[in-house]
Amino acid sequence: MTDLDQFRQTYITECLELLDEMEERLLALNVDAPDNEELNAIFRCAHSIKGGSGAFGFDFITNFTHALEALLDSLREGKVLPTREVVDVLLKATDIVAQMVDAASDGGRPQDNFGAEIKALLEKFANGADAPCVPVAAEPIEASEGERQWRIDFTPHQTLFSTGNEPLLILRELGRLGAMEVSAVTSRVPPIDGLDATACFIGWSLRLRTAAPLSAIREAFEFVEDYCDLKIIDTQAAGSPSPPHWGERGWGEGGCGESKQTFNFPPHPAPLPPRGGRGSPNDLGGTKNLPKKGESSVAEVQAARVGQTTSIRVDLEKVDRLVNMVGELVITEAMLHAQTRGFAVEKFAGLLRGIDELAQHTRELQEAVMSVRMQPVKSVFARMPRIVRDIAEQLGKNIRLEMEGENTEVDKTVIEQLADPLTHMIRNSCDHGIEMPEERGDRGKPAQGVIVLSAYHRGGRIMIEVRDDGAGIDRARVLAKAREKGLVPAEVAPSDEEIDNIVFMAGFSTAEQVTNVSGRGVGMDVVKRNIESLGGTVRVTNEPGRGSVFTVSLPLTLAILDGMIVRVGAEHYIIPITNILETLRPKADEVRHVEGHSDVINVRGEFVSVIYLHRTFNIQDAERDPSKALVVLVESNRHKIGLVVDELIGQQQVVIKSLEANADPVKGVSGATILGDGRVSLILEVNELDQIGEGKSENLSRELAA
Amino acid sequence: MAKKVLAVDDSKTMREMVSFTLKSAGYDVVEAEDGQVALKTLDGGRVDVVITDLNMPNLNGFGLIRALRANPAHKFTPILMLTTEGDSGKKEEGKAAGATGWIVKPFNPDKLVEVVKKVCPGAL
Amino acid sequence: MADNFDKTRAIDKAEAEQKARQFLTFTVDHEEYGVDIMTVREIKGWTETTRLPNAPEFMRGVMNLRGLIIPIFDMRTRLHLGMTEATAKHVVIILAVGERNIGILVDAVSDILDVSADQIKPAPTVDTQVDAGFISGLISLESRMVVLLAVEHLFDMQHIEKAIAEAA
Repeated sequence: MTDLDQFRQTYITECLELLDEMEERLLALNVDAPDNEELNAIFRCAHSIKGGSGAFGFDFITNFTHALEALLDSLREGKVLPTREVVDVLLKATDIVAQMVDAASDGGRPQDNFGAEIKALLEKFANGADAPCVPVAAEPIEASEGERQWRIDFTPHQTLFSTGNEPLLILRELGRLGAMEVSAVTSRVPPIDGLDATACFIGWSLRLRTAAPLSAIREAFEFVEDYCDLKIIDTQAAGSPSPPHWGERGWGEGGCGESKQTFNFPPHPAPLPPRGGRGSPNDLGGTKNLPKKGESSVAEVQAARVGQTTSIRVDLEKVDRLVNMVGELVITEAMLHAQTRGFAVEKFAGLLRGIDELAQHTRELQEAVMSVRMQPVKSVFARMPRIVRDIAEQLGKNIRLEMEGENTEVDKTVIEQLADPLTHMIRNSCDHGIEMPEERGDRGKPAQGVIVLSAYHRGGRIMIEVRDDGAGIDRARVLAKAREKGLVPAEVAPSDEEIDNIVFMAGFSTAEQVTNVSGRGVGMDVVKRNIESLGGTVRVTNEPGRGSVFTVSLPLTLAILDGMIVRVGAEHYIIPITNILETLRPKADEVRHVEGHSDVINVRGEFVSVIYLHRTFNIQDAERDPSKALVVLVESNRHKIGLVVDELIGQQQVVIKSLEANADPVKGVSGATILGDGRVSLILEVNELDQIGEGKSENLSRELAA
Repeated sequence: MAKKVLAVDDSKTMREMVSFTLKSAGYDVVEAEDGQVALKTLDGGRVDVVITDLNMPNLNGFGLIRALRANPAHKFTPILMLTTEGDSGKKEEGKAAGATGWIVKPFNPDKLVEVVKKVCPGAL
Repeated sequence: MADNFDKTRAIDKAEAEQKARQFLTFTVDHEEYGVDIMTVREIKGWTETTRLPNAPEFMRGVMNLRGLIIPIFDMRTRLHLGMTEATAKHVVIILAVGERNIGILVDAVSDILDVSADQIKPAPTVDTQVDAGFISGLISLESRMVVLLAVEHLFDMQHIEKAIAEAA
């Protein structure tokens, strides 16, 4: 790999991140009162993508992003308004760029006219504005469009003076641009006894009428933009005076890193959401009444910037090696601890104290290392607003997506596996859950349906909920459909709960017409299977007519498993807790030998095949009689089976190790772990064990026949 | 009374160019060839604006800015740094040290006066 | 012409000598075997392994090597000489084979040999004790003979299946 290759990889990764960021910001953009900082941030994304593309010879990306950048430049200059149509095109453009980057990463290039249609739209919207090649450094080409009225909220940070800057000079400079009204915002000024004369407590709210371009206004703030909260809003260009839309994002609701984000997706044409008592442009004095939340934009951008510089990229393999080594350290520590157990404290005080400290540090180190693999679910959640938006558009529905707990952390491996099932659940809620606006009206619900996507930790697992206030599951229809498809026999009368769970059955789909959205032959059964393969569960709570909740519960990591350690002879095995139903010791007369089949036990009237682990693993010194040993009842894909073991040692979280890295796959074993004594223990794959079990039981039958 | 500018740069050409331009615009200018000399020049006295290069021997621009900000007499004095286009890292470092603003080199005389006026309007 | 030919041969020989290879040798049932030292990762004492189900007889199970799970093969069994009654004095040699790490259980490590290419004799086509596929050559020194093993063939599935077939 040459140096350039390495940088190219970095560039491609960065591009994908930038595209995600662009998409997220575009979706959050308030089309009625666009935040200039947001527009700038979006512009910077496109600019960075374009910048790198040239260096690596991706001319097709350069060409396309040039048009994208030009439109974004017009937007932040206020020459073009970010209407819904414009945002739509921008979103489509990010898709195009993503595909181009994808092609580039494989060393290829898209067809010559790929994305030409979108590019034409970008150019059309940019209004023929001939943006220069490097718009960041360029002066705007300003055709005099007459005067515009700007509203400027300038709130210096308290530290402003200590940079040697003087707000008065800035206001004077602005005053030279045109007619200006100024009002001071003094709400932050503390009582005189708490007043620090060297700190800046006053903010200003300005109304400026000028023919000068936005760049001229921004220039006045050039030296102070990092030391103040600044909003510059074109109050006239929108046609009618449009109030600034504060608080579309709320931060810091609930403690410890919880955040909540709301995205509104009304269908075309967009009905204006009611917005009362928010302060209007004619009410400049009202600035002091504005909610604190509205100040977020600048601070938020800064926070994001800080976030970038304090994280680094690390190859997952390196982290895994760390995890391995720490695991070994834990074992060594345990061994040392055991060795010194009999030592007299008075004789070996220093040594024993050292060993105690070692134990504590090792534990902390292990936790720290495991937490390195943890990531907020944000990266998966962030894709959902786009999905909801697209579907709402497609179906003509009005849907609001609310997201909670995006900062909830879960292991990287789980995150990667989460995207597909989550996407499908969201689609399902949009498609089958939320009703059409008229239908909602008839039912006395607000036209806008709400889907709440939330994540939280509970009992060492991550819970993900998709809640909607839609129609819920229509049980009569579901049952009828299931009967029609032969999923439920006519003579069976399932309970409400059982009917609700039919949606997870393979081959079931209730959509009356197969829609483009979720009728793709992929049903909730696939979601259920995906989730279960990750050691998780999914269940549904249904309130017909009022909505439904799908709740997914997943382990925090796929690197660690909740296991039951069982002993068979001298060997220890791990059975995943999620597989275990119960443990029992059958009476002698409850065990039956069935000719040509494995033994079965009678569990409350149900016959369950048993697998003798000592036979499966060829262990000599194990208990052979199930009525003297224990039977662990587990559920496999197909049915219940009983595993005969000597003893349950206890429940433990174990680190999953791959066998396949160095050995061939083994049927009946999903992996291995290292127990406290340093020995390797196998983790049983219950579904396959049952297959080995059948083979073994045939041998058994043959033995018995002989 | 004319406003007083301290111009700090190890390049004589640059110092003279700054000095000449600002004097023509009505400012008083004193010069220093590095940060250490600048501090000595200032000792006890006051100036209305400091313009400093960043890369200098003995005491560089960042050191000078920090030293000035640490002194109550110069805590609020506008300090402009001379940077080159595209060197955003230096700009950020300078801002962190306490610089008020920056002038991008190479500058033209009008631009220099304009920026100095921005932080210190001179005789109005 | 003849001069040239001689010169070429001389160069070949010098090159061959420069290309001297090192082998780690070990004993199994009093016979000496060697593996290319470049494939050896580490040598450690025997510790009890964890058996895998349905594994061939010569697969003794898996072992924990600093957090990695390594399969361990019994050389004695692989050579059809029975099963090693392993004690702490027995040795496991960890080898890198392709992408994988494996361990082989042997009686003892004996030597490191520097051998030039021309000292290595080709493997015999027929051998009674060992299937020839995993012998890469023979080295005979004064009184001893070392069988060089082609580690990459020792435990690959085809050979394993063949071995199982032979054992049956």
